Amino acid sequence: MPKQIILAAHFPGVNNTTVWSDPRSGSQIEFDSFEHLARTAERGRFDFFFLAEGLRLREQRGLIHDLDVVGRPDTLTVLAALAGVTEHLGLAGTLNATYHEPYELARQLATLDHLSGGRAAWNVVTSPGAFFGENFRRGGFLDHADRYVRAGEFIEAARRLWDTGGGEFDIESSQFSIRGRFGVPRSPQGHPVVLQAGDSDGGRDLAARHADAIFSRHHRIDDARQFYRDVKQRAVTNGRDPDSLKVIPGVSYVLGDSDADAQEKAHHIRRQQVSPQTAILLLEQLWNRDLSEYDADGPLPAVDPKLDEDDTIIKGRAGMYPDRLRTSSEWRAKAEAKNLSIRDLIIEVTGRQNFIGTPQRVAEQLSEYVQTEACDGFILVPHLTPAGLDDFVDRVVPLLQERGVFRTEYETTTLRGHLGLPERG
Amino acid sequence: MTRLHLAAALDARHFTAGPWADLVRAADEARLDFVTIDDSFGPPPGGARPDAVLVAARVAPLTRHIGLVPVATTTHTEPFHLSTALATLDYVSRGRAGWQPRVSGDESEASLLGRREPLGVEELFAEAADAVEVVRRLWDSWQDDAIIRDTATGRFIDRDRLHYIDFAGPYFSVKGPSIVPRPPQGQPVIAALAHVPVAFAFAGRAADLVFITPSDAWSAEKIMRKLDPRLKVYADIVVHLGDRRGAAPSDAAVFSGTAVQLADLIEAWAKSGIDGVRLRPGELPHDLLAITRDLLPELRRRNLFEPSQIGQLRERLGLPRAANRYEEAANA
Repeated sequence: MPKQIILAAHFPGVNNTTVWSDPRSGSQIEFDSFEHLARTAERGRFDFFFLAEGLRLREQRGLIHDLDVVGRPDTLTVLAALAGVTEHLGLAGTLNATYHEPYELARQLATLDHLSGGRAAWNVVTSPGAFFGENFRRGGFLDHADRYVRAGEFIEAARRLWDTGGGEFDIESSQFSIRGRFGVPRSPQGHPVVLQAGDSDGGRDLAARHADAIFSRHHRIDDARQFYRDVKQRAVTNGRDPDSLKVIPGVSYVLGDSDADAQEKAHHIRRQQVSPQTAILLLEQLWNRDLSEYDADGPLPAVDPKLDEDDTIIKGRAGMYPDRLRTSSEWRAKAEAKNLSIRDLIIEVTGRQNFIGTPQRVAEQLSEYVQTEACDGFILVPHLTPAGLDDFVDRVVPLLQERGVFRTEYETTTLRGHLGLPERG
Repeated sequence: MTRLHLAAALDARHFTAGPWADLVRAADEARLDFVTIDDSFGPPPGGARPDAVLVAARVAPLTRHIGLVPVATTTHTEPFHLSTALATLDYVSRGRAGWQPRVSGDESEASLLGRREPLGVEELFAEAADAVEVVRRLWDSWQDDAIIRDTATGRFIDRDRLHYIDFAGPYFSVKGPSIVPRPPQGQPVIAALAHVPVAFAFAGRAADLVFITPSDAWSAEKIMRKLDPRLKVYADIVVHLGDRRGAAPSDAAVFSGTAVQLADLIEAWAKSGIDGVRLRPGELPHDLLAITRDLLPELRRRNLFEPSQIGQLRERLGLPRAANRYEEAANA
């Protein structure tokens, strides 16, 4: 039997991937939207539904960012409600290890695992810095290196709590000094599935030691295979079966009746995703300067980016550009060679959709990634709320099923079972 | 005779969803006004409970009318997370969410978090009042019309309709705004149990609704004179219906007898001016089902209770529309 593909549905997020200006775009906050996407994913026999987390609204130039979708619900609360309207679908929530505490979060995740009959998953992320901390008791005290220390100790603590089966625990580590009775009896999965988001060296190590899956960025197939080998090797180094650590990149896709039709749609979506105002804002994120006086249909600024990583123009998003000068000169060269405006350039250099084509072509490519060990599956990120996954489930899933690379019915009841992960706890 | 509102207190140790769905559906179908779902920060003796906010969210899509009022602790927890979780409960229940804040003074619960020594009672309630203030400000931090989806200017929100709450107190400071748009009710209903003076004061400052524990109609009147007159008042009664025994002592009045006798008692208490009663079933599911099956028809026959047709919990309970403090300030 060919290798089976893991599929997950990402609820559209608060960045410019999500197109809100389209007439088909629905509410980002009403429960109906979450229910629609979750039911669609379950109809398509997906492994899990995926939700990000918000801890503070993004800011740019010191103001609340207003060009993308803003506002989202609390992660765990929505997942608990979705457990009531789905039967098989895994329910994965992003929860920050810096701004939660092990006892409380382990209890909530175990509760969700019980209430969903074994479908809970936790996507661990970390944040440094004071920006998010201003909304929390903790404030912002972690320096960059300590993020992964805390995240690692947090996951270890949570696993210790889940292993008590409700009994006593006593944990002393560099970040935590906690003891008492956990209370919550063993949940159906023992340990909810743990995902780790991020491709950095620290993130890969954390995943190789602690996680069941790594939620990575999409790469071109050669780079993806290299990433895959690296992560699986790290798992082996940590004494783990490489199959017990899944690699699941987040990807976007566009379907068309012909490849040309799909390309045209993709371009139209990219223009929706990058409005003139968004183009300037995205350029500011690299330039790290206020560029609000520039015309998006005009040429790039003559000045160079400002190199001050302690005072970035954007707050509430991870750093995207390790070498601003190099990236800006690459962009400049591209704009000059093709005579591109700021907006055209931004459309070209940021976030092009990963899989574009007929359902047949997209199914082929997805399958090729998984069969040639470039990844174990995908977290699909639709650009429309809530119906953005409908066409994929209607048109691509049947083709994957025909190829024998994706289930036609759920065969297990827990998420750990769907993913083929070993028992834990 | 004024009509009463009816609530039931659910304190159950189930972790699977099925029994919770059965309990809350029974209350929903009987058209009780709301249920409270008990919880504490740490596991109480005799078995832990699941997280009550998540239980409420789990049953929200399965029910249509019933208000869902989980207990959530203000000690040790993050007011920001409480605010967004409860706002989200209001979304998933389409305007039926409430919250019963609780404090934790227990040393063993403090060591579950391991960050600080337990606070004294006065401080616990002072911190709880600050937590409620933060939660309420965050709920108001988006005006109802903040989402504009203006394609001409490319703006999804009007950022002038979002507000930093800039709360700073001795226990925490919170900047805001919330990540969750203003919930459907504006301000979900906040209920407090009040049976000691410090809790009366807290309820007056922080709550919309208070649960009191009188021993009879006369003591209910006496307690009501001590309460802020803006509070809606619900009297707690522990209920054992039928010939079951084993009524343990409680902080609230314990009733044991038939549905008709219980209706007599409620009718007598109603004269004290209370807004409703919260029935605490002595044994679940038995006493909850007996309440819905036997007591409710009796109360309806006496014209003491009538199921409400109003969808949102605040409005159903006769609470005023929740004005947005920031909108009012902006318009002033």
